[in-house]
Amino acid sequence: MMDDLKALYQEVIIDHSRNPRNFGALESANCSAEGVNPLCGDELTLQCWLDGNDVIQDVKFVGQGCAISIASASIMTEMLKGLTKSEAESLFEDFRARVTGLDEFRSADIGKLEVLSGVREFPTRVKCATLPWHTAIAAINRSEEQVTTE
Amino acid sequence: MSEAALKTPTEIQSGNLLDIQEIRAQFPILGEIVHGNTLAYLDNGASSQKPIAVTETLERYYATQHANVHRGVHELSDRATEAYESARKTACKFVNANRTEEIIFVRGTTEGLNLVAESYGRWKLQPGDEILVSEMEHHSNIVPWQLIAERTGSIVRMIPMNDNGEIIQEDYLNLLNDKTQIVAITYVANSLGTVNPIKEMVRMAHDAGAVVVVDAAQAAPHISIDVIDLDCDFLALSGHKMYAPTGIGILYGKGELLEAMPPYQGGGEMIRRVSFEGSTYADIPHRFEAGTPNIADAVGFGAACQFMWDIGIDEIATHEKELLDYVHECAERYEDIRIYGNAKHKAGVFAFTLDKVHAHDLGTVLDRQGVAIRVGHHCAMPVMKHFNVAATARASFAVYNTHDEIDRMFEAINFARELFG
Repeated sequence: MMDDLKALYQEVIIDHSRNPRNFGALESANCSAEGVNPLCGDELTLQCWLDGNDVIQDVKFVGQGCAISIASASIMTEMLKGLTKSEAESLFEDFRARVTGLDEFRSADIGKLEVLSGVREFPTRVKCATLPWHTAIAAINRSEEQVTTE
Repeated sequence: MSEAALKTPTEIQSGNLLDIQEIRAQFPILGEIVHGNTLAYLDNGASSQKPIAVTETLERYYATQHANVHRGVHELSDRATEAYESARKTACKFVNANRTEEIIFVRGTTEGLNLVAESYGRWKLQPGDEILVSEMEHHSNIVPWQLIAERTGSIVRMIPMNDNGEIIQEDYLNLLNDKTQIVAITYVANSLGTVNPIKEMVRMAHDAGAVVVVDAAQAAPHISIDVIDLDCDFLALSGHKMYAPTGIGILYGKGELLEAMPPYQGGGEMIRRVSFEGSTYADIPHRFEAGTPNIADAVGFGAACQFMWDIGIDEIATHEKELLDYVHECAERYEDIRIYGNAKHKAGVFAFTLDKVHAHDLGTVLDRQGVAIRVGHHCAMPVMKHFNVAATARASFAVYNTHDEIDRMFEAINFARELFG
């Protein structure tokens, strides 16, 4: 039981939640989105610079939330840089499959995101991990609507 | 935090009053194993567990009494009607109302408050009228007023609280004026545990010519409710927080107000005569109970009142007060625990945050150790805003909780501290 917890709250997660990477405003941003989890009050704003070839040149976020959501946002921003819009969407699908436990038949390489896979043992926390991603996908698709987990 | 020396005096005291182990035996769910640990259920503010007396009443009702109420000419309909109306009498006694017709069965506090807003509010409110709502209200005692204010052109104004989580009475007095039609306040704040001085606040509102709607959802499990003494005009509560089934609650309203109010929902049961030229409505309480009511759970509600009386509401309150004092005493030893709600009068609720650990993470870590608490904004976002915090953790108590469970919570908090250390 404590092993589950230790798998969830690995040092990397705690580190990213304490010292989130790419945290702050992005002046060169040309798209952004807000995400909220109305059940717990987590909220984040993600800003992104998408170049003419739909490549994510830079991405930053601000917000507040639990260790899982902040760490997920932080790691995500590190991974998104340099990806095209469709690569980002496909990485999200693989990540979502991993954290919801729906990836039985796929074994995509999700790189550093693997560290968040412990979330699958905590169904009530999956939304914490996926909120930053939903927000990022909304930003790069220039969706005007606020992203919500509910 | 589990030094025996700490808990001995209070444990002995409560042991003298109530046999908690005997009470716990009436709640089979308390024996559940959660993630390898015995459950320590400290989320009673969200919903309490149900004693055998209540679940057996439901079984017996369905096995021997069920049919539709007030319309059959057969034996079972008589039995169901008798059981349902007898539960209304019990509920009447539970809040010490004058007349059973002043008790309307609703789904819960939320529906009760919406009923008053929709029926009384729509009837009474004029453009420019004011509705006072305190800063510590649950969303269910804010949003219905905003909705009706929007439709009637009236205004919702907030009665502020201080940093202890107490309504600032001077501000309340200043806010009351001849435009004030409705004051909506909670008896016990779900996110802070504050017990508000309802009786005094009602008197002040009446002096200004306003009616008072009391949200008693968190009060009902802990406080002996007396609507005559409080002199409140409406009072709503939920069964499921006071050992009754989910989906049932009551709205008390003063007879002369309910009698004058237009119906809330239309349907069967609430009419006297229907024709396409127009319909007339039944007397109270049935005017406000359109459709087949939640008969079984109303009967269960009656059983829950009886369960509380059998133990003694004052005895329940005393035991829970000891738990609350104990949890405060333990928490005050840690510099990294911040307490929300330090009102002089508190009941049932202990809200806190742990520095460096977000409430959600704390909730997850405690759950894995079998300790169930609530984390989040507790449907009281204005309270969170007041304290500039996104989420808090909340332990809330019922008669079956023990000092040992509180020790387990602090042990689990210690583990969280290590994990995030």
